[in-house]
Amino acid sequence: MTGQGGAQPRAAGWAEEALRDHHEHAGPPVAGQPASDREQQVLDRIDRARRRRPRVKEERITMSHGSGGKATRTLVEAIFLDSFRNPLLEPLEDAAQLTMDGARLAFTTDSYVVSPLFFPGGDIGDLAVNGTVNDLAVAGATPLYLSAGFILEEGFPVADLSRIVGSMTAAAARAGVQVVTGDTKVVQKGKADGCYLNTAGVGVVGDGVNLGVVNARPGDAVIVSGPIGDHGVTIMLARGELDIEADIASDTAPLGGLVAGLLAATPGVRALRDATRGGVATILNEVASAAGVSVVVNEDDIPVRTEVRGASELLGIDPLYVACEGRLVAIVDGGQAGEALAAMHAHPLGEQAAIIGTVAADPPGIVLLKTTFGGTRIVDLLVGDPLPRIC
Amino acid sequence: MRFVDEFRDADKAHALAAKIAGLCEPGRQYKLMEVCGGHTHTIYKHGLEDYLPESVSLVHGPGCPVCVIPMGRVDDAMHLAAHDDVIMTSFGDMMRVPGSSGSFFDAKAQGTDIRMVYSPLDSLKIARQNPDRRVVFMAIGFETTAPSTAMTVLRAAAEGLQNFSVFCNHVTIIPAIKAILDSPDLRLDGFIGPGHVSTVIGCRPYEFIARDHGKPVVVAGFEPLDILQSIYMLMLQLAEGRSMVENQYARVVPWDGNPTALKAIGSVMELRPYFEWRGLGFISHSALRMRDDYASFDAENLFQVPGVRVADPKACQCGEVLKGVLKPWECKVFGTACTPETPIGTCMVSPEGACAAYYNFGRLRRQRVQEVTIS
Amino acid sequence: MCLGIPGEVIEFLPDQPDLARVNVSGVRRVINVGLLTDDLPEPGEWVLIHVGFALSKIDEDEAKAALEFLESIGQAYADELAALQESRIE
Repeated sequence: MTGQGGAQPRAAGWAEEALRDHHEHAGPPVAGQPASDREQQVLDRIDRARRRRPRVKEERITMSHGSGGKATRTLVEAIFLDSFRNPLLEPLEDAAQLTMDGARLAFTTDSYVVSPLFFPGGDIGDLAVNGTVNDLAVAGATPLYLSAGFILEEGFPVADLSRIVGSMTAAAARAGVQVVTGDTKVVQKGKADGCYLNTAGVGVVGDGVNLGVVNARPGDAVIVSGPIGDHGVTIMLARGELDIEADIASDTAPLGGLVAGLLAATPGVRALRDATRGGVATILNEVASAAGVSVVVNEDDIPVRTEVRGASELLGIDPLYVACEGRLVAIVDGGQAGEALAAMHAHPLGEQAAIIGTVAADPPGIVLLKTTFGGTRIVDLLVGDPLPRIC
Repeated sequence: MRFVDEFRDADKAHALAAKIAGLCEPGRQYKLMEVCGGHTHTIYKHGLEDYLPESVSLVHGPGCPVCVIPMGRVDDAMHLAAHDDVIMTSFGDMMRVPGSSGSFFDAKAQGTDIRMVYSPLDSLKIARQNPDRRVVFMAIGFETTAPSTAMTVLRAAAEGLQNFSVFCNHVTIIPAIKAILDSPDLRLDGFIGPGHVSTVIGCRPYEFIARDHGKPVVVAGFEPLDILQSIYMLMLQLAEGRSMVENQYARVVPWDGNPTALKAIGSVMELRPYFEWRGLGFISHSALRMRDDYASFDAENLFQVPGVRVADPKACQCGEVLKGVLKPWECKVFGTACTPETPIGTCMVSPEGACAAYYNFGRLRRQRVQEVTIS
Repeated sequence: MCLGIPGEVIEFLPDQPDLARVNVSGVRRVINVGLLTDDLPEPGEWVLIHVGFALSKIDEDEAKAALEFLESIGQAYADELAALQESRIE
């Protein structure tokens, strides 16, 4: 039976503590001023709060920390960057840029914990090769060598492992890379969801190539290489819990060729990012905050497949936040946008590339969306996302 | 997408905006409340306020069924979930709502078996697939969702399932609207009426608002043009001195609602004598519980639920935001102590909460559309 | 929570009269139509879907009327704008 709860109500300790934490910052807006000024004061206060040193408040890791959104960023900055701190790590790009004996290298790593392992359009093996290849490609590097670390669950069928490795071999050949070293561990039944994979990769950065989101400046064009959200929605549906059927497949693909064609066609590429977990929205926010600019995109111009849109509407999620695995976002000098787009259209993986927006000066650090409707809204980072383990 | 895209046409929006502006009496301020959290979400998501003249402002109402769940009930749900053999199932909206010691998400991190579902039927499926576990469905929502919960219980009963129960937190919309009307701090001119709740309860229940309080009500759809058209219809009533209930969402909402759905609710559930609403206090006959003849599907009957009240943090002003007395940014802790990442109150954590909508979408220096009057 | 999406009924499931397969923009899902037993939808008709249940049938006549109203407003607006433009040209 439910108690009447007549006793003294309990207090929520965590809330009181959070409030004490902000005590010196929380003050009511000055009364008596016009509402729009008071509102602006609050918005300014929020801006300051957002710029404060990140701190992980939770005691335990939650799924949000792995989603690619705000919680992930806070974790990376407050725990990893804070401890490892060095100039090579600080840019927090998809790959680190290293100089060794005069050679410019890009170095990256990614782990793959997707469930289910096999899904329309590919499997964990494809993701593992393409994902790391793409992180190198968007650094302006020619991907060369990968490592592959396997964590296998006791009882996992060897046939499935062979299938995964077969996919990796084919993907590596397609991307022009070789797997040159690796590792295998086995953990007890019940852990590792069958198979977890980690790949690290190294590549050589082209001469004169200097990509980085920090380079974005007002007037630049924002280009996406194709329809967004395919991978994330595929995984959600493949998990079978939602009882939804649709003809959607993962977009996993190696983007090295597309990038090479783009960089050869125009020197105006400021930055490239591979849209994975957190989706295109996360990348746009990274650009806005790294370069201190505003990114303004037009909802009408963003390519989304009809079925992805249908599934997203049904589930109440926004394709902008849904993971891709074979799409990139390019920030290009506005004057060169035409050439960049043409170069992408010339490549099979870029056939549906589209200019989706521009970089502006104001308001800095914010991503804005002009809706189909003509209104404007903010596209902020989500805290986490409702799609568990999609890459 | 059919029945969606046609209602998102920008040109028609401009036309409606001009008509709305044309109906504004010079010097008069208009305050219209959208009751439903889904409407708040659409308004911010599509930047609809950009279409309204300065003199028309929208006040966000309490129609967010997640927002009104008190922390104590979340604690109760967590207590249920903590049983070793229980699988707790819940809509995604509830996963991050904090109780006095964390949310479902946090509990999941500590090993509690809590699973997100899209439909109560998914919860039933989990119960069928796990006969040795007890499955509890955290039922939330207004009258929109209650029929689905009821149908699911009827199905469970028909199948003779022994391991499925509902922790019922359904609330009803009319008492919430009454609380707004009785609030001395608020002077509203009209209501954008709930859309999907009305498919179940119909439009008649709102008649007392127009008749006894003299405020027009327009039941509205969820696409941007639906909302703009509803605002236009409200302004027209105000300009013509009428106060009636009108149905803009007639393509989906039948005037008399859905009798089958109401019957389903009635056979499985009954009104509680009173229920605590976060921010609004105790309201009588405002929430549903399982009827005695369905006691074997009532989690509150099968389990011992603590029922301890949790006081809202003093600085939390969710109540005033829910009543529309405060705008989200007027709350003292908005955006600083209370953010989507670290929510203090439910208005920030629920995807339909006014604070979440404003923080995630609307947090901009607004430059309203210039008043365009074509006379 | 308020999320209701229009979907087109494709077919009923053979041995389960309460269940129908619907199509939302190319995505298909089985939903329960038990709340519409008084006036079951036929394949080709549209329903409003909420948490796996059809809550209501979409009345195509009403939808058409709503769109016609919006068209008329849109046309009137376009006419006025045109008139405004023309009067400036002098």
